[in-house]
Amino acid sequence: MPSSMARALALALLLSASPALAQPSAERQRELIDFVRQDCGACHGLTLKGGLGSPLLPQALAGRDKEGLIELILNGKPGTPMPPWKGLLSRAEIAWIVEYLMSGAADAR
Amino acid sequence: MRVKALTLSLVFLALAGCAGPSLRGTGDLGVVVERSAGRLALVETTTGSLLDRIEGLGDLSHASMVFSRDERFAFVFGRDGGLTKVDLLERRIAKRIVQAGNSIGGAIGQDGSWVAVANYEPGGVKIFATATLDLLADIPAIGADGKRSKVVGIAEAGEGRLIYSLYDAGEIWLADLADPRQPKLSKFANAGKLPYDGLVTMDGRSYVAGLFGEDGLALLDLWNVEAGVKKVMPGYGKGAEPLPVFKMPHLRGWAAAGDALYIPAIGRHEVLVIDRRNWTEIGRIPVAGQPVFVMARPDGRQVWVNFALPHNDTVQVIDTPTNRVIRTLKPGKAILHLEFTPKGDRVWLSARDDDRVTIWDTKTLSPIGSLAVEKPSGIFFTVRAHRFGL
Repeated sequence: MPSSMARALALALLLSASPALAQPSAERQRELIDFVRQDCGACHGLTLKGGLGSPLLPQALAGRDKEGLIELILNGKPGTPMPPWKGLLSRAEIAWIVEYLMSGAADAR
Repeated sequence: MRVKALTLSLVFLALAGCAGPSLRGTGDLGVVVERSAGRLALVETTTGSLLDRIEGLGDLSHASMVFSRDERFAFVFGRDGGLTKVDLLERRIAKRIVQAGNSIGGAIGQDGSWVAVANYEPGGVKIFATATLDLLADIPAIGADGKRSKVVGIAEAGEGRLIYSLYDAGEIWLADLADPRQPKLSKFANAGKLPYDGLVTMDGRSYVAGLFGEDGLALLDLWNVEAGVKKVMPGYGKGAEPLPVFKMPHLRGWAAAGDALYIPAIGRHEVLVIDRRNWTEIGRIPVAGQPVFVMARPDGRQVWVNFALPHNDTVQVIDTPTNRVIRTLKPGKAILHLEFTPKGDRVWLSARDDDRVTIWDTKTLSPIGSLAVEKPSGIFFTVRAHRFGL
């Protein structure tokens, strides 16, 4: 538990260093973590190791362009079941989720 | 004399002590998946109570299960490839194996002797003996394109057969398991684009696969498989821009009332009503969101529907004689699944984000109780053991 808290804190610091987008509030971040596990997890697996959708673990996302991933989540991937999330999540929230997934914090359970 | 009676009663007490919980049937038992905790809640529907918890089932996201024909054992299919045989009477895991990397669901044979698991990774189906969970057959899902495919929509198809769809390859495969160690496959290529789930109708006659990649459904008549796969309701979207689907609908848990079959549309906020005598459209019912589960009360009088985000706090009740929504309920946060009691007097709803299962009276459409269950997802009652398609 303490180590995952430390990771979350480190992540929060890391993210607050990027000035472009407003940071989701601490409460919203908790909701987003739940959202990733439960709702993204419906297709990508509760542990994010993949299902009908591809794996979202850090090693699977390594080397991917962050902006590209943000766009993909915002607009979906035509021809696949990946829907556009822009009606439900803001760009700032999606950017936070991408950081969260790529940092490996999502993997620290 | 008195001593003898005393001794006998002591022996009886000792025996009773060994027997554990008192004698009971299993027809009113059920299982609720606590998916984050990797745990099952054992419930009973007579008084609506939680009996016990069974731990250690691994990753239970998207977990589903089938029941042995004696309704004593549940075979639980976990996302982590786990296949767990759970003894509902002894309230413990009888056996657990991890048979693949990533699985999606399964089916139990008509005679109850085998259980089949559909796997995403590696894509294919494995057949196990229900008694021992010994592997009987391994059927890789390699489509006509030569590539391995994820398997979805698996169901028992009567006469010792098993049916499923290949998601990536767009095929339907029928396996004759008269000898479960030597499956005989019939493959139907070009069944449709991206089949995402399938169902066998309540009479065991028809297999219907929902298609994500095109408007329409793929149908195979299990009484006449030589006729091949037909398209049902092709182009039901009629060129309209599809709405985003934030959660894939599920077809298993079919809904039928009389000759009408109720199916979730994809990318439209509608329930499709199909005449299953000739597989033509009867109509469509506008609903609150993207339907996920569309399930009929066992008598067919009502159809209950839950929804994908952002409408997953809503459940609607359709009256089948009029095909109209008669009630819109807000039963909780993130309603993931619903299950009717064997004769449909009650329906149980899982409210994931409320950590509750709520129990509703289907006549008055009002809540009558709830149980504290951690992040509940699927609810499965043992009556499924004796129904086609479940």
